[in-house]
Amino acid sequence: MKRLIASLLIICGLAVSGATAGSLYPEIPKAVGAAHPEGNAYMRINHMRLLRHDRDETMRLGNRDTQYSLKECVACHAVMGPDALPISVKEDEHFCKSCHEYAAVKIDCFQCHNSKPDEGFTALLMQTPVASESEIATYLDEVLQ
Amino acid sequence: MKLPALNNAAVRPAEINRRDFFKSGAAVASVTLAPGVTLMAFGGEANANADAGKRWGMLIDVNKCSTDCKACVTACSDENGWKLDGNPDTDAQWIRKVDLTHKQTGREASLPMMCQHCEEPPCVDVCPTGASFKRADGIVLVDKHTCIGCRYCMMACPFKARSFVHEDVEDQKAHAPRGKGTVESCTLCVHRVDKGGTPACVEACSATGHGAMMFGDLNDPTSDIAAALNNYASIGLRDDLRLNPGVRYTNL
Repeated sequence: MKRLIASLLIICGLAVSGATAGSLYPEIPKAVGAAHPEGNAYMRINHMRLLRHDRDETMRLGNRDTQYSLKECVACHAVMGPDALPISVKEDEHFCKSCHEYAAVKIDCFQCHNSKPDEGFTALLMQTPVASESEIATYLDEVLQ
Repeated sequence: MKLPALNNAAVRPAEINRRDFFKSGAAVASVTLAPGVTLMAFGGEANANADAGKRWGMLIDVNKCSTDCKACVTACSDENGWKLDGNPDTDAQWIRKVDLTHKQTGREASLPMMCQHCEEPPCVDVCPTGASFKRADGIVLVDKHTCIGCRYCMMACPFKARSFVHEDVEDQKAHAPRGKGTVESCTLCVHRVDKGGTPACVEACSATGHGAMMFGDLNDPTSDIAAALNNYASIGLRDDLRLNPGVRYTNL
């Protein structure tokens, strides 16, 4: 019995150290804006469906007031590089790439769409003093309008 | 593993269900054509901006357009993030200036040439995937999500208003996505129009003081463009093809 507990402890210890140091799980960068009300688990599974639905809505019907837009994804999930400017999807640290690389799923979005936020949002992220959460939220709302 | 349903009410409380959608008068307009045949129009003003009652168009006064002015072309390039690479065979054709000289009289004219946003667009007829389409408000666009780059539309267009993207594109404008392997053309600055604005070329033209371009709703009798079309003789290019372009020219 004692041996069993000891071996269990060793396995647990290995698991913990694995998760912190050499984990295979991707490091997902934190977003700039507020969290999705739907929750991360929902977004991880459904983001592509939401985007595909709303892209047709915008493209075909001209409805630019949709709830989900790639423009907003790219802005809110911007990751800054060493030069303090948002990095493109070519870099491994890019929000989309970090997970897609892990899941081995090719992203086609950025063949046409820009993987970096527009100048306005970049300026907001780089301003001093640092932009408040409400300022960022206002901008993200405007992106969609 | 079964994926959660997109319209799972427990996860998306804000989402209206199908029954509520059909109950709401704003989202659905139905017309009974004959017993058992009902025409239902989804969307409408409740959630879409492309209004079927509108027909966006342009009127270009060729007399006011100057040969040495390229403000509209520059403005379009800046707005939509395309650049000429100096190769006329592969250059983007969002908008270009065309200079004309009448062989007999020697009269010189200059005009901007772009997608004419036809009522009967040949580019839409030939598209095998449905990527080339006309919006309810008359704007002709390429849905690059479904474009396979076959370039039939480029061949069908009598105005050579479409072009193919041959090279990888980086740092696109957020409102004007464009990429290798797809066809593109003037969008009538649909991203501006949807917000109640005017196309960048028209804005630039009036900024130069020439004021040769006018934009508006051809269907609205109170609009400036409808009044101008009512008052002055104008033509659509290649009227013989009966495409009824949304872009019309006067003093040509």
